[in-house]
Amino acid sequence: MTDRLQVTPSQTVGPFLHIALQWEDGPYVVPPGTAGGRWLRGRVLDGAGDPVPDGLVETWQADPDGRFDHPDDPRGATASAIEGFRGFGRSTTDREGRFEIFTVKPGPLPAPDGGTEAPHLDVSVLARGLLHRVVTRIYFPDEPQANERDPVLASVDPSRRPTLVATAGPDGLLHDIRLQGEHETVFFDL
Amino acid sequence: MDTERAPRLAVPHYRHDRDTDHPPLASPGYGSTALRAPARPLVVLPQRLTEITGPVLGETRVGELDHDLTRQHAAEPLGQRIVVTGRVLDGDGRAVRHTLVEVWQANAAGRYAHAVDNWPAPLDPNFAGVGRTMTDDEGRYRFVTVKPGAYPWRNHDNAWRPAHIHFSLFGRAFTQRLVTQMYFPDDPLFFQDPIFNAVPDPAARARMVSAYDHTVTESQWALGFTFDIVLRGRDRTPFEDEHDDD
Ligand SMILES: [Fe+3]
Repeated sequence: MTDRLQVTPSQTVGPFLHIALQWEDGPYVVPPGTAGGRWLRGRVLDGAGDPVPDGLVETWQADPDGRFDHPDDPRGATASAIEGFRGFGRSTTDREGRFEIFTVKPGPLPAPDGGTEAPHLDVSVLARGLLHRVVTRIYFPDEPQANERDPVLASVDPSRRPTLVATAGPDGLLHDIRLQGEHETVFFDL
Repeated sequence: MDTERAPRLAVPHYRHDRDTDHPPLASPGYGSTALRAPARPLVVLPQRLTEITGPVLGETRVGELDHDLTRQHAAEPLGQRIVVTGRVLDGDGRAVRHTLVEVWQANAAGRYAHAVDNWPAPLDPNFAGVGRTMTDDEGRYRFVTVKPGAYPWRNHDNAWRPAHIHFSLFGRAFTQRLVTQMYFPDDPLFFQDPIFNAVPDPAARARMVSAYDHTVTESQWALGFTFDIVLRGRDRTPFEDEHDDD
């Protein structure tokens, strides 16, 4: 048996996160040039609609077959058919609050209760002024039927669901994250 | 795959932290939260496959000298040389093995090597203030660095941040991601710092303060500090074996 320990509290990343958390290959969930690869671009905005220039957006997702190369997946860890698939993306925000992630669309996932989750990315947003990361999801605009049946989207007030679905952009997807305000993004308690 | 008829999937579940363990997003004493803390209630997200998995980042992310912030430049940085070491554990006391730990900090004068940090304290050409390492089989990490200085900010009158090192941790699942700050024992600036004091429970605040450890201190070389980091623990599921699988 092991002892229960109390967790270490969260603190803000502060304004100088770029020196450590900006990776040259951070945005690349899949290597440049991967077939089916597309850019997810957006901005992080505050309650006044101003850009958040000292933020970090991280994404985590299944591969296009809906698999994770991870020991806790009860279906078994499965290496992706895509060479260099990392599943993880990280982008600091720039002066205009912009982030960018290069990725592929994940497959749908079986939910433990028997349903099916639509393709989605899990997203962490960290910034100066955020004492704890906030968690959201990004869904795909070309999956209306799967999104309709998704158990997480179904749990969200219909008027707020659009804050979780990206829109089509010139080289992939566009998706702004609004920390506060009239169109505040849905954030999750995990 | 016919997911409609798939058998029930047994996924681990990470326990919820207590509300007093973490700062509320809206903490009026810390001015920057005013326009950035979400105002609407969070929506409950049950932990499913995406949440209970996470990036497995290999040793290739870490260079040979990334853990030693005093050896990354032509000469040694100025300041008090220190060793910071500890274990990354989950809430059940299990080691979090082979996980990436990233740190960043101000130099000994309290200044960051960042374009936006321009308060009049000297930069040190021999200090970038950035470190990375992987935990070992026991969840242990170790950095060599210099003690960061306190620095002023504009949050309130005569505001100074207590000396701290920023830590970023992945753990083993998306659910366990944590960014925190490590403080030093007996810092006289704690009383006026709204970031440290945003954590409601004093006992939880104390878990962000490293301990001076004479067994870590190296003779004729460096002072030693110990800082263990605890990430969320998992509930036992009926599907889990009685013995610890790790
Ligand atoms: Fe700092």
